[in-house]
Amino acid sequence: MSVKSYAQAIRDVLAEEMRSDENVFVMGEDVAEQGGIFGCTRGLIDEFGAKRVRNTPISEAAFVGAGIGSASCGMRPVVELMYMDFTYVAMDQLLNQAAKMRYMFGGKATIPMVVRGQQGIGRGNAGQHSQSVEAFFMHIPGMKVVMPSSAADAAGLLRTAIRDDNPVMFIEHKALYASTEEVPDDPEFMVPFGKANVVREGKDVTLVATHLYVGMGVEIAEELAEEGIDVEVIDPRTLVPLDTKTMIRSVKKTGRAVVVHEGHRTAGVGAELASIMAEEAFIHLDAPIERLGAKQCTLPFNLGLENAVVPQKEEIIQAIRKTMHQ
Amino acid sequence: MEKERALWIYKTMNEIRKFEEKAVELFESDALRGSVHLYIGQEAIAATVCSHLRDTDYITSTHRGHGHCIAKGADLGKAMAELMGKATGYCKGKGGSMHIADLSKGNLGANAIVGGGIPIAVGGGLTADFKGTDQVAVTFFGDGASNQGVFYESLNLASVWKLPVIFICENNGFGISVPASQSTSVQDIGVRGGACSIPGMTADGNDVLAVDEKIQEAIARAKAGEGPTLLEFKTYRWMGHWTGDPQVYRTREEVEAWKKKCPIKRFKKYMMEEKIASQEELEAIEEKAQEDVEAATEFALNSPEPDPAKVMEDVFTDY
Repeated sequence: MSVKSYAQAIRDVLAEEMRSDENVFVMGEDVAEQGGIFGCTRGLIDEFGAKRVRNTPISEAAFVGAGIGSASCGMRPVVELMYMDFTYVAMDQLLNQAAKMRYMFGGKATIPMVVRGQQGIGRGNAGQHSQSVEAFFMHIPGMKVVMPSSAADAAGLLRTAIRDDNPVMFIEHKALYASTEEVPDDPEFMVPFGKANVVREGKDVTLVATHLYVGMGVEIAEELAEEGIDVEVIDPRTLVPLDTKTMIRSVKKTGRAVVVHEGHRTAGVGAELASIMAEEAFIHLDAPIERLGAKQCTLPFNLGLENAVVPQKEEIIQAIRKTMHQ
Repeated sequence: MEKERALWIYKTMNEIRKFEEKAVELFESDALRGSVHLYIGQEAIAATVCSHLRDTDYITSTHRGHGHCIAKGADLGKAMAELMGKATGYCKGKGGSMHIADLSKGNLGANAIVGGGIPIAVGGGLTADFKGTDQVAVTFFGDGASNQGVFYESLNLASVWKLPVIFICENNGFGISVPASQSTSVQDIGVRGGACSIPGMTADGNDVLAVDEKIQEAIARAKAGEGPTLLEFKTYRWMGHWTGDPQVYRTREEVEAWKKKCPIKRFKKYMMEEKIASQEELEAIEEKAQEDVEAATEFALNSPEPDPAKVMEDVFTDY
C-alpha cells in the first residue's frame, strides 16, 4: 500500500496500463508537457513520448471522434476532457456514435475507449465548468458510467475501465483530486464494475451517495450514531452497470432511504435510484424515500450561491431525520 | 486504365445501381420500411475510390451509404437483408439502411448523422500512424456535411498530426431540398482544404478516370507521410433525398440532363472506345450484377425476422 492522492492514483494507473499494453494511449487538451491541468497525466510524456501522450487542439468533437475511430480499429484510447462540461461539445460523438455503434452494427464494433475528466463544484468555476453530467450518460444506453469517490477506487476502477471493451465515461470530481488514502501497489488491482461499496454499515437508514457526498455521508453517519441513528452509507461507484442488489438489500433491512448527489435533482440519477428502491422494496419502506440534488438553476459563481444550490450537510441530516419521522 | 481495375469498377458500379433499383422496387412494394437514401448517379465515386483500397484500409460512410459499403466489399445478400431488417443482415436488423458496417473489410460504418463519420475516420488514420502501417482511412461525406463544425475540426486534426486520411466530399448539389448555392459559401468545396493547410481538389465525380487520378494522388500523399487530402467530386443524385421525397425543389429537366451524364454509360463508352473490353463482355457483367442482386434479394426475402428476445443483445460486449 502507498498513500496517494486521487490524482496521483489516476496518473499511476495510466502509466502502468501504458507500460503493460502498447495499444493504450492518452490524448486530450494539455495532457503532454502540462500533464493535464489537474496533473493526472504529469510526467507521462517523459516515459511514453509525444505519440502516446498527445496534446489535442481544443476540438472535442474531433478528438473524441478520433478516439472512437482508433478504438474501433484496435487501439485503447484514454481521452481526457479538461472539464466534463465539454462533453456537450462532443455529444454527437459520445451519444450518437460511441454509445450506439456496437448495437447498431449488430455487435460488430468494439469500442474500448475511456473518456475521463473531472466535474463538479468547489473551485468557483461557475455555470459551464461545474456541472454534473452523469445523468445524460446513464440515460442513453451503450456507455458505462463510473464515479470514483476515493483514491483507491479511482485506481481500481480506472484499471477496470481501461481493460473494458466498451466505451466508459470515467467521471472524476475536481474537489477529490487532493484527497489521499492508501492505495494498493499491485499493478493488477482492480475494482469491478457493478459492485457498490457499502462504505459504512448501519441498520436504520440507507444513504446512497456519490462523489463528495460519500465522505460527507460517513461524517454524518458518525455524528448521528451518537444520537442512536445508525446510517448505512452506500456508494454505487458505477451507475452503469448499476448494483441494484446491494441497494435493495440495504433498504429492505433499514426500511428507509435517502439519495444524494451533486447533479440536478430534476430527472437526476437519484430519481432513478429512488424509483428502483421503491419498486423493489416498497412493502419494506417505513417512510417515503428522500431525494436530494442540485436545485434547478445553473451552478452560480459566488461560493455562498453555489452552496445554496447543491445539497448541504445539514439538509442531508434533515432528510435522514425526516425518514425517521423526527 | 488497366483492364482488371476497369472491369472491377464496372462490375461494382453495376452492382450498386442494380442494388439501388431493387431497393426502390422493394420500398414501393412495402417490403422495405424506414429511410432509404439512394446512391444512383454517384456510383463512379465509391467504385473508383474503393478499387484502390485494401480490406485493411478504412472507410466511414454516410446515410447514403449502400454504394460505399458494396464497393468496400459488402456481401449483397447481407446488405439487402439488413435493408429489410432481417436476422441475417449485417446488423442483425438493428441498424438498417443507414448503419451498415463490416469491420473485417475496413468499413467502420455508415452513419445517419451528417458529418458524424468524419472524425471516426481520423481515428482510423491515427491507428495507422500508431501502428506504423501504410493503411489509409477514407471518409465519404456530402456537400451538406462540409458545413458541419466537425468537418473543419477533423481536417485540422488530421492536418496537424499529418494523418493518412482522405476526405471525400461527394457534392451532389443538395442538402435534402436546399441547393448548395443557398447553404454553402463556396462554389468548390475543395478550396476548404486550404483553411487547414490541406491540398483540396475538385473533379468530375461522374467520370471514373477523373476520380481515379485524384484518388491515386491522395493515396500517394497519405502513404508518403504527407498527410491528408480533401477531394471534392461533383455529382448528382438522380433520385430524391430518400425514397419518399416529393422533389419539389428541382425540375424534371434538370434531372434528365444529369441522367445524360450517367457515370456507368460514360465509363462503358470509354472502355469500348479504348478497346479495354467488348460490348459482350460488359453486357455479361451487367447481367451478372443483376443476377447477383436478384439472388441477394431472394436471400433477404427468405431470411428470418430477428428474435425479439434478443433485442437487448449487443448493447455492451459483456452483458
